[in-house]
Amino acid sequence: MSEHESAKSPLKGYFAVWIALLVGTGVTVYAATLDLAPYNAAVALGIATIKATLVTLFFMHVWHASEKLTKLVVIGALFFLLLLLGLTMTDFATRGWS
Amino acid sequence: MPDSSAATGLHAEAHNPALLHHFAEPQQQRDAASLGMWVFLATEVMFFGGLFCAYLIYRRLYFGDFAAASKTINMGLGATNTAVLICSSLTVVLAVWAAQTARRTLLITSLIITMLLGLVFLGIKGIEYREKFVEHHVPGASFSFDKVPIPGHPGQYADPHHAQLFFSLYFVMTGLHALHMIIGLGIFLWLLIMAWKGRFTPEWHTPVEIGGLYWHFVDIIWIYLFPLLYLIDRHP
Repeated sequence: MSEHESAKSPLKGYFAVWIALLVGTGVTVYAATLDLAPYNAAVALGIATIKATLVTLFFMHVWHASEKLTKLVVIGALFFLLLLLGLTMTDFATRGWS
Repeated sequence: MPDSSAATGLHAEAHNPALLHHFAEPQQQRDAASLGMWVFLATEVMFFGGLFCAYLIYRRLYFGDFAAASKTINMGLGATNTAVLICSSLTVVLAVWAAQTARRTLLITSLIITMLLGLVFLGIKGIEYREKFVEHHVPGASFSFDKVPIPGHPGQYADPHHAQLFFSLYFVMTGLHALHMIIGLGIFLWLLIMAWKGRFTPEWHTPVEIGGLYWHFVDIIWIYLFPLLYLIDRHP
């Protein structure tokens, strides 16, 4: 955080993110008890990703990061994770014998 | 570190004691530290990523067995632990803010509450593990998972071998996460001692900031572990 930003308090935002994360947890548990056929996993992972994004952007200060390299490392980590999961799963999903 | 030789007048020119001499300004020093931490966290993403990948493959192959096994772990305790970790993330972000704005009491209180929440998390985890030991759901010689119905498929029972795979992943993933929590508690104990001694200033509180990044990362891992392990197929 740079000096001029500390002038306005970020506390309101922190508490809003906290509430959103708790609500998200409640929604995940509730959605798991519904029969959404093939979409249960997608809903659960979607909410988890929203929660993780909130934590990364606001609690870990990536949104206000003054250094673009930090953002690059975050996106890079995500990219390689998706490469790992995406390529492995496309392989497994398209094998005739599995 | 501000208390090291860098601050003891080795430099003839006027020098900010909180600023290491190879940095131009405090902002650059902070950016460098958090960039380094983020690179470390990127390696952690790949570390846990391998486990998530293994989990996804086996969940796809043995979905029914995984759903049956997932139903036997305690969803209420898992959800409680998620809330506990989210609250601890809030206290961490408050600690960082307190360090930035020189609020010593808030900093120390937030660090203590964070550690207490971390201990609550581990305690609840312990209760969960105990349940699994009592039910013989721990992979190994005494593992037993007989006649457990597959949700949504009346008359079909889960294959104990596949269920054992689920529990192996459950214990490795949550165990590794718990290990990270224990390491985090160690880091926060050190932060607490430093804060108690009054070492952190608005100009230099790098350990609070990057220790906080670590704690939030461990929280994010749990945010994914909870729905993946506890909520596979919960609807009646």
